[in-house]
Amino acid sequence: MSTALLLSALVGGLANGAVYALVALGLTLIYGVLHIINFAHGSLLMLALYASWILWSALGVSPYVALVLLAPLFFALGYALQRWVIGPAGQGRDANVLLVTLGVSIVIDNLALAVFGPATRTVDIPLATSTIDLGVMYLPLPRLIAFVAALLLSGGLWLLLNRTDLGRAIRAVARESDAARLVGIRVAHIHAVTFGIGTASVAAAACLLLPSFYVSPDAGYAFVLVAFTVVVMGGMGSFPGALLAGLVIGVIESFSGLWFGPSLAPIGIYAAFALVLLFRPTGLFGARA
Amino acid sequence: MTRWGARAGPPLLLMLGALPFAFPSGFVLTTATLLLLTAILGQSWNILGGYGGQSSFGHALFYGTGAFTTALLQVRFGWNAWVAAAAAIGAGTLVGAAAGALVFRQGLRGSYFALVTLAFAEIARVLVASFDITGGGFGLLVPLHRGAASFQFSDPRLPYWIAWTVVLAGVLLTIGIERSRFGARLAAVRENEDAARALGIAPVQVKTVCTAISAGLAATAGVLYLQIFLFIDAANGFGVGVSVQALLAPILGGLATPWGALLGALALRLMAEMVHAVAGGLAGIDLALFGVILILILRFAPGGIAGIRLRRDA
Repeated sequence: MSTALLLSALVGGLANGAVYALVALGLTLIYGVLHIINFAHGSLLMLALYASWILWSALGVSPYVALVLLAPLFFALGYALQRWVIGPAGQGRDANVLLVTLGVSIVIDNLALAVFGPATRTVDIPLATSTIDLGVMYLPLPRLIAFVAALLLSGGLWLLLNRTDLGRAIRAVARESDAARLVGIRVAHIHAVTFGIGTASVAAAACLLLPSFYVSPDAGYAFVLVAFTVVVMGGMGSFPGALLAGLVIGVIESFSGLWFGPSLAPIGIYAAFALVLLFRPTGLFGARA
Repeated sequence: MTRWGARAGPPLLLMLGALPFAFPSGFVLTTATLLLLTAILGQSWNILGGYGGQSSFGHALFYGTGAFTTALLQVRFGWNAWVAAAAAIGAGTLVGAAAGALVFRQGLRGSYFALVTLAFAEIARVLVASFDITGGGFGLLVPLHRGAASFQFSDPRLPYWIAWTVVLAGVLLTIGIERSRFGARLAAVRENEDAARALGIAPVQVKTVCTAISAGLAATAGVLYLQIFLFIDAANGFGVGVSVQALLAPILGGLATPWGALLGALALRLMAEMVHAVAGGLAGIDLALFGVILILILRFAPGGIAGIRLRRDA
């Protein structure tokens, strides 16, 4: 197998991996603080993809501009979901919360199907088709933007958690929610804020993804298992772990596609997922679970 | 304590048994057949998720194993349908035992268990869709060959009654589990695994056996589906939709009750038909409603339909 082919698979895998990391950041934040696995994450991504697509097709707003509008909107949506739906219905039981978020995802997916129909839609902006010549291959510009954005977003989330009062409160709740309650932190509020930030992150990911991707009612599903894989592999709740794991997963997918053919490419991801869950559920990179 | 499930279950099952006399074929019978298959699959999930306390997100793995094994043996190897069916149920049970042993030995529970079962089912789905021997992207079609010897009946009431018998067997099986020593061990492990271990119960073994039983029943539902519709493909067999269907019915009907899965399957089917009548062919709207109902049940009635109390004598 030629070096050029391997190299282009590697770069393509890294570029896809950055997108996976971007999508997984919000999920790992929610897991790290609330200790819940948000099955609706992919559906929220899909919803944000549609929101961004509507803004573009109705008003001509570029997805990169829509980000500024959609991130706060999805923060509010996430806050409301956790505060009034997932929190009360989950009743604090692990498996129950998972089922509630599954219910939320079923509702969002199928409402999207009922409203928009099964058609696949894309945005057509000049930037989407620009490429950068890397010598061995042409890298689509949106992928490079997504790569940089994944770095910026994970850095921003890290700063938020470690350098602000809100971040201190979130970490306190993540560590010891009873003690946090005793010192006057409103735990339910902080949970909802965290879920909101996670949802705003996935909306940002959607806006960065849309120019090089498509949207359909099952678009979120393509990402949800991958995002879980990234989160588990990176160590649940770890941003640098998610970033690294996203890139690893992207490369695994790219190489398993190269060796086993495109239809078997997802096997690499699912197998990695099952193996990590079974043998290293605290993550590959030594982060605390 | 009188609960609704034990009261409504038996007459409902009797009425379903008599239904083919009023509707010997056509839409009602087909709908009722699907209802019974959902009830069997739901009962299978109930054994592991309700009695065992392990929520699986990948029950399609066992259902699909049943459907595909029997289809594969008939189509590719020319096996007799009944022998193939028995082999498929055995294969499903084995897959359940293997998956259970692997997962529980590693100590996975709660959401980790749910996720790993989902990953297993997805791996199976992608594999089946990728190879020609399993039908690839097209699926497997069992050649039409009517006759009792080939498990294909020209009278649609016969497979209906077979499915009905399996539903009854599933109810009796769960009642048997409830009353057995195994059921007591299972409840102990579900409520407090460490305490159960201290009492000398082997949790990994108990949960693995529970998974195998549940998987065998799910595979039976898959076999019945195949023999009735004579077709299976990757999404129908191993898709996430199957896993979701498996968990919706018992959660709605009442977890860890013998009649919950049947009541839940009936409620789901009735709601789907009502939504269909009101909203017409708008795709997805019935599933969206199921999602809302799932959330409402978890929030306000964790015991499901069967758990609704008749008298306040609890």
